[in-house]
Parts: sequence; C-alpha cells; structure tokens
Amino acid sequence: MSATDSTADGAGQEPTRRDFLYVTTGAVAAVGVGAVAWPLIHQMNPDASTKALASVEVDIGAIEPGQSIRVMWRGKPVFIRNRTDEEVEAAKAVPLDDLPDPQTDEERATPDNGNLLIMVGVCTHLGCIPLGEAGEYNGWFCPCHGSHYDTSGRIRKGPAPANLEIPEYTFLTDTTVRIG
Amino acid sequence: MSPIPSEKYVPQSAFMKWMEARLPIWGFLYPTAIAYPTPRNLNYFWTFGGILSFCLVVQIITGIVLAMHYTANVDMAFNSVEHIMRNVNYGWLIRYVHSNGASMFFLAVYIHMFRGLYYGSYKAPREVLWILGVIIFLLMMATAFMGYVLPWGQMSFWGATVIINLVGALPLVGDWITTWLLGGFAVGNPTLNRFFSLHYLLPFMIAGVVILHIWALHVPGNNNPTGVSVKTKQDTLPFHPYITMKDAFALVLFMILFAAFVFYAPNILGHTDNYIKANPLVTPAHIVPEWYLLPFYAILRAVPSKLGGVLLMFGSIGVLFILPWLDTSKVRSGAYRPLFKQFFWIFVVVCLGLGYLGAQPAEGGYVIAARILTTMYFLFFLAVLPLLGLFEKTKPLPNSITESVLGKNGGGGMAGAAASGATAAPESKA
Ligand code: HEM
Ligand code: FES
Repeated sequence: MSATDSTADGAGQEPTRRDFLYVTTGAVAAVGVGAVAWPLIHQMNPDASTKALASVEVDIGAIEPGQSIRVMWRGKPVFIRNRTDEEVEAAKAVPLDDLPDPQTDEERATPDNGNLLIMVGVCTHLGCIPLGEAGEYNGWFCPCHGSHYDTSGRIRKGPAPANLEIPEYTFLTDTTVRIG
Repeated sequence: MSPIPSEKYVPQSAFMKWMEARLPIWGFLYPTAIAYPTPRNLNYFWTFGGILSFCLVVQIITGIVLAMHYTANVDMAFNSVEHIMRNVNYGWLIRYVHSNGASMFFLAVYIHMFRGLYYGSYKAPREVLWILGVIIFLLMMATAFMGYVLPWGQMSFWGATVIINLVGALPLVGDWITTWLLGGFAVGNPTLNRFFSLHYLLPFMIAGVVILHIWALHVPGNNNPTGVSVKTKQDTLPFHPYITMKDAFALVLFMILFAAFVFYAPNILGHTDNYIKANPLVTPAHIVPEWYLLPFYAILRAVPSKLGGVLLMFGSIGVLFILPWLDTSKVRSGAYRPLFKQFFWIFVVVCLGLGYLGAQPAEGGYVIAARILTTMYFLFFLAVLPLLGLFEKTKPLPNSITESVLGKNGGGGMAGAAASGATAAPESKA
C-alpha cells in the first residue's frame, strides 16, 4: 500500500513507511561502506613496528665546538651541532623582520646550552638533506632546489617555506639526549 | 556528424555461423579492426596510436618477467636488480627492454599528443577521447615514477622523497597524506612495497582506459590532417590492409630505434647515480627525474613557493583537460591556421626548453629562464588559443578529404593533380 501512496499522491505528503525504509537502508549501507573503506585506507598509515622506532637516545658529550653529528630518527637524519660562538652571534644578530619564518635563536637552540642546536636534517621544501656549513648564510644549504638556511637553521632564501624542524627531545643526563 | 558505418560481418562457413550465434566476437572485431573506415589521407603521425599499444604490451610482458626475479625489500631490492642483470638468463635484456621501453613509450606519447594538438584532434566531437588520453598520460606518469623507485638506487630514493613531499604542500591535510602515502616518516620499506604493488596494477588500468579511448575514437572516427570530417565512403579506406600495413611499417622503424637504445646505449637515458644503492643520509648533489618528466620538474621549481610550484605543475597537466574548450577556432587542422602554426612551433620549443631547464641546477639564469618559459606555456593555452580563434584568418578548407588528396576534379585527371601537387591542392584553392 505504501508504494502506491508515495507514487500516486505526489508532493506535500507525509513521508511514507517506504521513504523511511529507503533512507534508513541508505544510511546503513553508507556506514557499511565506510566501515569497509577505513581499514583499507588505514592499513597504509605507519604500522606498529614503524612507530616503535619513534625515539632514539644519543650521547652528545664528545661533540666539540664547530663539530656536528648526524643520527637517524624515524628514518630521517637529525643534525646535532655544537655551534661556534661566532655562529651563534651571527644567528642572534639577525633582525626578525628579515626572516620568512620568524623565530629567535633562543627559541631554537637547546635551553641550557645556547650553542647546541638539534634539528631534523630534512629540508622543509621537498625533503632533501641539506649540506652543513654551506650556503650564503654559512649555515645549511639544500642543493636540490637551492634553499639557504642560516646558522640557526632558519630559512633565509630559496623555495623552502619553513625553518628546519626542531624535534621533541629531553635531556636524560647532561650528555645524553632522547629524541622523540 | 556520424561517420561512414563499418561494413557488417556476414559469417560464411558453417562453423562461423554456429559461433556467431553463440559468441559474436568476430562480428564485433571485423567492423572494429578490419573493415573500420579510416580517412584515406592519414599520415605517419597517425601510426603512433598503434605504436603506443605495442609499448604497453611490451611493458606488461617484460614487467611480469622482471617481477618473477625482483624482491621488493629495502635490503634486497638493489641486489635483486643486479641479480637480474648478472645471473638471470637474459635478465639484462628483459630489464633493458623494460627501462628503455618506458622512455620509448613516452617518446611515442609525446608525438601522439603533439599530433593531436597540431591537427585539433581534441575538438568536438573528440573531447572525451582527448580527456581519456590525458588520463592515460597521468596514469603513465604515475606508473613510470613508481617503477623508477623499485631498483632502490640513489635517484629512486631521492626522486621519491622529493615527489611525495610535494603533497605536503597542501594546506591542512598535506602532512597527514604524506605520511599515509609513505607508510612511515620517510621513504622506506612500506613505501617500496606499496609502490611495487601499484606499479604492477596501474598498467592494467591503463589498458582499461585505452579500451575506452579506442571506443571513444570509433564513435566519431579518426580525425585527419585536413581536419575536415569524413563525408562519403570515398573519403575512407578500410583499416585492413591499408592502416594495418602503414602501422606495421612505422612500428618496424620504431623498433629499430628501440633496439638501438637497448643494444647500443642501454643506460644513456638513465642516471648513473641510480647504480648507487639508496642512502637516506646522503642526497645526491643534483636530483633529476627521468627525461620525460623534466618539463614538469622545471615548472615545479620555477616559482619560489612550495605550494605555488606544486599547483603550477599539476595545473600544467590540468589545463590539458579543458583544452577542448580553450581553443575557440572552428578550424581543426593547424595546416589551415597560419598563426596557430607559428605559435604551435613556439610551444614545442617552450616544452623542449623546459625539459632542458629541468635538468639544470635551480639557480641564477636557469630559474629566470624557467619562469619565462612557464609563463609562455600557460599563455599558449590560456591566452593564445582562446584569442586566435577570434582573430586568425584561416585558409580555405578543401571541400572533402578526397578533394585534398586527388585535386579538385576528384582524381579524374593526373594533369590536375600533378600541376598543383596532391597535398598542395588545398592551398592553391583560392
Ligand atoms: C597508452 C597510451 C595510449 C594509447 C595506447 C593510445 C592509443 C590510441 C590509438 C590506437 C589511437 C588511434 C590511432 C591514432 O590516431 O594514432 C588513438 C587516437 C587518439 N589518441 Fe591516443 N593513446 C594513448 C595515449 C593518448 C594520450 C596521452 C593522448 C592525449 C592526451 C591521446 C589522444 C588521442 C587522440 C586525440 C586520438 C584521436 C586522434 C585522431 O584520430 O585524430 N592518446 N590513441
Ligand atoms: S628539497 Fe631542499 S630546496 Fe627543495
């Protein structure tokens, strides 16, 4: 009976039992499609074993001023540089107005030792590894598409949109730091 | 508008009558691939569709063989490719055919596309045919890009890094999608595995779209060098043997070029750095994609903004989708459009120039040149094509394909054809 109701009477009518069934069936089907699609999409996200490698501990005691080390963290290099005093002064002397992504050197260096800089060594443009002590600002230079970073790892010139990323880290002792 | 219908297949033998009553496959193939009427004036630029079909088959066959010996794991991939090169019987041949085959495929598709551009094959009623072609082109680029990652050399790794990071330029969702595509925080084993899976899948999707492409071709029928639609049966020749033979001859020439690369210069189109195993800590001084992606890479790097570069690069292909509606000229073929012809050749040079710049470091004069050429690339589509249709004075079109081939008196007298020269006839007709 409801089938004839909805077709014959046209607009301005109360929704029929059949309309209600259509809508609820459609809604349940949509939820079902979503429930099937999500596992198929989510399987491509980082798996448990990838996420388990999400932190590393590093001994930084032996890095002399002017030296850097690189460690791997989440498949990416992390630069740890004990900067020279001149490099720090150069970084501090830059007016914030000159920076595409304004950040002071204090916001970027490690809190207790202003010379120590810990950054993800991945160009914020398209992910190449910048070269150290290079470029027009004597900081880092990315050869891929020509991004220049200063001695604080801040973008100064080139296509990269942002400063080199500062990862989360905590000092476990004076000379050991955990990244991630 | 609709072309001359194909001759129908009438089964003669008892067996074929029996078969056609059950599965009329020959009844489908005969009018499609044998009797199909083609314009009688198709030139050699029309042989590239067949050449492309050949390329796709070659890539699928060699690819399936390679997959029997390849290992998709970051620790083993590079060595398994060397294993194919050194240990597998004829492995070197199969691999060189596959890697050079990709280049030959792109060479052919670029000629095929410029053919379409020159002769206005994208115009009504062939818009859907053209759009399907652009979809094939996108799928080809995705397939080639993922295939290049599989040998896990330095260029594989860093090319993948750069291209996937492009997605990160999208506002809000960029980082999430990048991680999702990578399956991690950098290019790694999950990335390699999914690329292998997709690299195997996509060529079959291309094959599916090629079927739609040819279907969409067979509705309006082929365009031709005059751009004038087929009017009578006299304007056409059956596909077999006329086009099959012409296609076969062109294919043989193409195979000679293909073989010259495979046997005499198998690595000339590749980058030497890809014979160094991928190292996530060292970026090569100079990352370059394969030659066929260079123009797009040059556009990407032309702008000093990450999102801007990405949008322009995708826009440079996106504009091809709306090309049928950008060109306002009623005349299809460039042969009758004196101004278009000049702009067309400038456009070809712009594309080659972008290809050259894509291989140079992104600095100084190269960047400036890339900006100029990128601007010209877009101006061609967004300004030149819409405006030319309004202002250009085109040459008079021949009344029919037959007339353009045989001269005005329809092939009656050799004298008339010889006097003006068969192909010059349309231009001498005032
Ligand atoms: C795997 C790649 C491709 C294959 C196998 C393929 C195959 C073919 C074949 C067999 C034809 C008929 C013969 C000919 O006119 O040459 C054709 C026509 C055509 N193709 Fe493609 N094609 C491919 C890619 C493309 C692409 C990337 C485009 C453009 C973006 C394109 C645009 C066209 C157009 C416009 C025609 C009609 C041309 C005419 O008849 O005038 N094709 N294609
Ligand atoms: S990846 Fe560093 S400049 Fe492009």
